[in-house]
Amino acid sequence: MSLSTEDVRHVARLARLALSDDEIESLRGQLSDILAYAEKVGEVATSDVPPTSHAYPLRNVWRDDVPQPSLPPEEALSTAPLAEDGRFQVARIVEEA
Amino acid sequence: MAALVTQTAVELGRRLAAGEVSAVEVVRAHLDRITATDDRVRAFLRRLDDAALAHAADIDRRRAAGEPLGPLAGVPLALKDVLTVKGVPTTCGSRILADYRPPYDATVVERLRAADVVVVGKANMDEFAMGSSTENSAFFPTANPWDLERVPGGSSGGSAAAVAAFQAPLAIGTDTGGSIRQPAAFCGVVGVKPTYGAVSRYGLIAFASSLDQAGPFARTVTDAALLLQAIAGHDPRDSTSIPRSLGDLTADLERGVDNLRVGVVREFSGEGLEPGVQARTTEAIERLEKLGATIVEVSLPHASYGLPAYYLIAPSEASSNLSRYDGVRYGLRVDGDTAEEMMALTRAAGFGPEVKRRIMIGTYALSAGYYDAYYAQAQRVRTLIIRDFQSAFEQCDVLAGPATPTTAFRLGDKVDDPLAMYLNDVYAVPASLAGVPAMSLPVGLDDAGLPVGLQLMAPLLGEATMLRVARALEADIAFDPTPRGERALPAPSVAGPTEVPTP
Repeated sequence: MSLSTEDVRHVARLARLALSDDEIESLRGQLSDILAYAEKVGEVATSDVPPTSHAYPLRNVWRDDVPQPSLPPEEALSTAPLAEDGRFQVARIVEEA
Repeated sequence: MAALVTQTAVELGRRLAAGEVSAVEVVRAHLDRITATDDRVRAFLRRLDDAALAHAADIDRRRAAGEPLGPLAGVPLALKDVLTVKGVPTTCGSRILADYRPPYDATVVERLRAADVVVVGKANMDEFAMGSSTENSAFFPTANPWDLERVPGGSSGGSAAAVAAFQAPLAIGTDTGGSIRQPAAFCGVVGVKPTYGAVSRYGLIAFASSLDQAGPFARTVTDAALLLQAIAGHDPRDSTSIPRSLGDLTADLERGVDNLRVGVVREFSGEGLEPGVQARTTEAIERLEKLGATIVEVSLPHASYGLPAYYLIAPSEASSNLSRYDGVRYGLRVDGDTAEEMMALTRAAGFGPEVKRRIMIGTYALSAGYYDAYYAQAQRVRTLIIRDFQSAFEQCDVLAGPATPTTAFRLGDKVDDPLAMYLNDVYAVPASLAGVPAMSLPVGLDDAGLPVGLQLMAPLLGEATMLRVARALEADIAFDPTPRGERALPAPSVAGPTEVPTP
């Protein structure tokens, strides 16, 4: 597996990482090496093998639908870099019509 | 007070209960030891002296009032900085969380407090628990007390080093693909990765959610068992928490290994395994046979695919988990003209090189066109590894092999070669992928005088049996956990007349 500079830039965009040109270049080589190693998983025949997402099988973990104590809004907001009127504050994402 | 720091948690607990020493004296002795040594070891990101002394004074007060207290009440502990403590900076070894004060306690922290274990500080770690040397900490590297020019392992290097340096008899670490077992092996201490789901992950800052598990460090098996007992148990706030108990972990510790079958993993040898590690591993297994265990050779045929699968699964989960660091709800924020630019600049400034690397691997492995070949294929290989363990455990009660291919390496040796660093975990990740309990037990030194760890693994929820085997071997080997050698941290000074050093 050999990645191009464009591949790395594309992945960095998906990952929301503003990487420098130097970082892009060194990651290009490193990711190529690491993925080449990881590609070993492709040597194993798995057509009839189901995937595992969790090693200990548990499913449908329910609890009774009763209110329980949770973090008050002011405490949840206390760690935010910017908050206003009980809300997290960010730059405008949706343009006005 | 010097000798107080060389005592085990069990000994301290007994002397505290007998009124021979106060919790304040015990905690102060360890804080003094930290003061005397941490300029060289650098195990702690943050000391919590005031809170620890206040907690100790409260324990002494309640003991004097006749309140029943647990066996670990008043015993000091180093807490890996990946577990949240309400109001106390919790950095995860990252710049992005340098000023983060969590508004809640991790369940592990609540349970430690319920057991009156005294947290003396937050231990250093590789950023977001990604690494095998603690050199990926955004703040500073930690040194190995056995050789201050070498790494303590990672990612729980601060926790392991603190216990090895007699700064605390107990520590909590976390293990995603070896992050408890490898530093335990490198620092000559006991480290246990419990069954996935045995210890709540609530308040454990996520790296790879299907693998992350908190567990104990100690200088003895019994101490580790007691600490695991204190933190384990079902937690409704973690939906992956197992609704079953591990049982009494200390009741059968002294029962020996008669009639137990120990499986030696055929695949845990060969290329990359240092002769010193191989020799101590073989000797330890011979001792188990002499002690009455039956030794059988078993195979984990897909073990060699464990590390490649791990380096797809763990980064994939990490890339998703770490998307939460977007400069909005907590942590660092670097302003930008748009929300997306703000996020990308924040993450570029806040994450170190290894974290960026893993986010990139994971994002790639999950991206359109590659998902099936990488992530989904790795999950299928994970199924085969689980089946390998299931058939191995039909032939034996526990598995034994090396915890790591090498002993502690020099600071700086592997920082520029990510793949070489990853190979540290080659024997650790199969148990992580299978979710089974695994531990490292110090079994001796290599020719260079560095500790070697034996890895023991057991079936899901088989901690009691695994610890029992470890205890039998520990009693037979009588490993001295005091760091020694040319570049080792000096041992605590000789005991005064009223102090009884650890036998």
